[in-house]
Amino acid sequence: MKNNTRFILVLLFWLIVVWAILPNNPGIHIGNFNRTMETQLGLDLRGGMRVLLEADLSNGQTLTQQELEDAKTILLNRSNALGVSEVNFQTSGGNRIVGEFPGLTDTSSVIAALKEVGQLAFVSTGSTYLEPGTKVNVSYTDMAAREAAAAGTIVPTNTAAATETLAPTATPDSAVATLEATAAATEAATAEPTAAATGTTETPTYQAVLTGTALKSVAIGVDNLGKYYISFVMNDNAVKVFSDFTTNHKGEYLAIVLDNEVIECPVINSAITDGKGQIEGSFTAETANNLVVQLRYGALPVPFKVVESEAVGATLGQESVDKSVLAGIIGLAMIVILMIYFYRLPGLIADVALAMYVMTSFALFKLIPVTLTLPGIAGFVLSIGVAVDANILIFERMKEEMRAGRGLRQAIDLGWKRAWPSIRDSNISTLITCAILFIFGGQFGATIVKGFAVTLAIGVFVSLFTAIVVTRTFLHVVLDNLKFAEHPRWFAK
Amino acid sequence: MNIIKHRYIYFLISLLVIVPGIAALIAWGFPLAIDFTGGSVLEVKFAPATARPASEDVIALYTAHGVKDAQVQTSGDDGLIIRSVEIDETKKEEIVAAMKTTYNADVTISQFTTVGPTVGSEVATGAVYAVIAAALAIILYITFAFRGVEHAFRYGVSAILAMLHDVAVVCGMEALLAHFLGWEVDSLFLTALLTVIGFSVHDTIVVFDRIRENSHLYRRIGFTQVVNHSTVQTLARSINTQLTVLLCLLALALFGGVTIRHFVVILLIGVFSGTYSSIFNAAPVLVVWENHEWRYWFNREKMKELLK
Repeated sequence: MKNNTRFILVLLFWLIVVWAILPNNPGIHIGNFNRTMETQLGLDLRGGMRVLLEADLSNGQTLTQQELEDAKTILLNRSNALGVSEVNFQTSGGNRIVGEFPGLTDTSSVIAALKEVGQLAFVSTGSTYLEPGTKVNVSYTDMAAREAAAAGTIVPTNTAAATETLAPTATPDSAVATLEATAAATEAATAEPTAAATGTTETPTYQAVLTGTALKSVAIGVDNLGKYYISFVMNDNAVKVFSDFTTNHKGEYLAIVLDNEVIECPVINSAITDGKGQIEGSFTAETANNLVVQLRYGALPVPFKVVESEAVGATLGQESVDKSVLAGIIGLAMIVILMIYFYRLPGLIADVALAMYVMTSFALFKLIPVTLTLPGIAGFVLSIGVAVDANILIFERMKEEMRAGRGLRQAIDLGWKRAWPSIRDSNISTLITCAILFIFGGQFGATIVKGFAVTLAIGVFVSLFTAIVVTRTFLHVVLDNLKFAEHPRWFAK
Repeated sequence: MNIIKHRYIYFLISLLVIVPGIAALIAWGFPLAIDFTGGSVLEVKFAPATARPASEDVIALYTAHGVKDAQVQTSGDDGLIIRSVEIDETKKEEIVAAMKTTYNADVTISQFTTVGPTVGSEVATGAVYAVIAAALAIILYITFAFRGVEHAFRYGVSAILAMLHDVAVVCGMEALLAHFLGWEVDSLFLTALLTVIGFSVHDTIVVFDRIRENSHLYRRIGFTQVVNHSTVQTLARSINTQLTVLLCLLALALFGGVTIRHFVVILLIGVFSGTYSSIFNAAPVLVVWENHEWRYWFNREKMKELLK
């Protein structure tokens, strides 16, 4: 390729890069490919919260990768429902989920809401109808007994709970436990709202019959009147419990409660003995679908606990951005001066290539997009050093060739050729380290380490491009059009 | 210029830096940050700044809320950094609310981090594995890239020895600095250490590349001369690259803000050590290996001849 053609291609490329980094860039929208082309700042720079959630497998539960993915989706749905924007959840390792909430520092409310994300329950409310949206407490103390009863074992009367009744100041919970203890044997009306039992006005507590894990499948159906209903199938081990319950509680209400909020409160019309049932109500297509989504995804497969959380205030973030930008500019200025001092004209051209390097990397950060974190910026600044190193390697070789008596043009070509193996091998070793850092960072949700590795790797690739293509092309074009060959001093010969 | 001749002096200099550092590491250990031990760090700002309470008061306040052994550190004019055992969100809110009423100030949370103990130890183990994995991958790559020269494996091992040298320098320095400046070993330190490893090998390969090239060009002169020749030839490049990278890092250290200062200083030490070890450790080790010099360490006459 002719030097001039090359030069024009490089210039064209530069124009695209400049367009990409314009602050008011409209974004790229081609078919399904959409990029807003906005600079993504990490939590440490814009302020926000990061939570590391770990599956609580203390009860001997197991968790498959699919279940973890499901949990991630559920958490995402939940967070969106909280009205928090731009939430990001990622699975990490086999049992963890990293949640990132940019711009949010009110950690307590979010964590509380996330922790609550748990149970979908079918709750027995006896003859009380509960409006959707009503807040209730759900007690799970009855469930074990019911399962045991369904399995055909004899349920001993819960003596511990029975003793507690003797205490004059029984709390609502123990009151329920009492009802359970006496009722479990007879399977009689279990569901007296605790509020009534204790005479307080607190949120009433009801007994759960089954939880969301009992559902095998859920689907929307339309009956011949055009009304929507939701059909569901229970898991094999839940069929018996459900059958027993619906037989004994015909005509009563069985509320569907998600995270302590009543979604729907259908009445038991008939005993369901085969584990297949349907929920009828005044659904529209949309509300029916929402309910299906909640039924299907509402319950996390296992409980999660917060093992790590981190919140950065927005002011601290802004300070960090300002300081890193300042440091970056000063660092760059130093390099520009040094390069001109070391290598004169080639140094100046290397500086132009360096400017292009910075711009191209930045454009890539926006395109991919890469979330810039503080260590990420540090990695980027360090990669500027790597980029300069490639130029230095080449120019030192060039100088050597000139000292050996070669002509300027030949020295340039030989310099590139001879310097290439060292540039290649040293950069590959850096990329190997980057890859290992990236994997290592992903293992335990250390997003900062990952961010650093990604920016450094991008830096290495772009620096190779600018040092090999840009600097060389520019140097040749300058040589072609101006008679610098007559001024060897400009090359610091 | 004969650089390689004084190889044992360079090894001595390295030891003079590494030994005190390692001694400090053994004596004082690494003060591990909550990233590794688990716990909570709360950073708060007080407005007005005069309302900022004394450390003892904050410790007392923590104790009153059932959190023992809190450590308080000031930050800036109006901030406090409080480290403690792991506290949850509710406890944090409770403490911040108590601060507001007790000190009659507006308290804003700049940062709050909580790490469970299991996560921390996993990070440390993960890091060790990462270093081992990186070292093995690099030895393999160098052995492959230098397959054209004799004893390609030695190049890989020497590069890793130089890398271990840099790890030792960085860890030793960190132990010293941590002891005297109250720094803590956190995951940013780990990131810095891993970067130094990358840079160290990068730099060593540039020197080795020249040896690789020259050993094909000059078959007549001895290996020691080839190595010396190569290090001298790459010296200008080493110094120039070193200067630019160091200036870049210096700018970050001076103007980049407190958050990353620790990180950047470690990088500065590591990058300097990385360049030093490439020229003064990695290349001479090749020569020592080639001559099997350890056989003659106690043979004055033979050593004199070898070090000519």
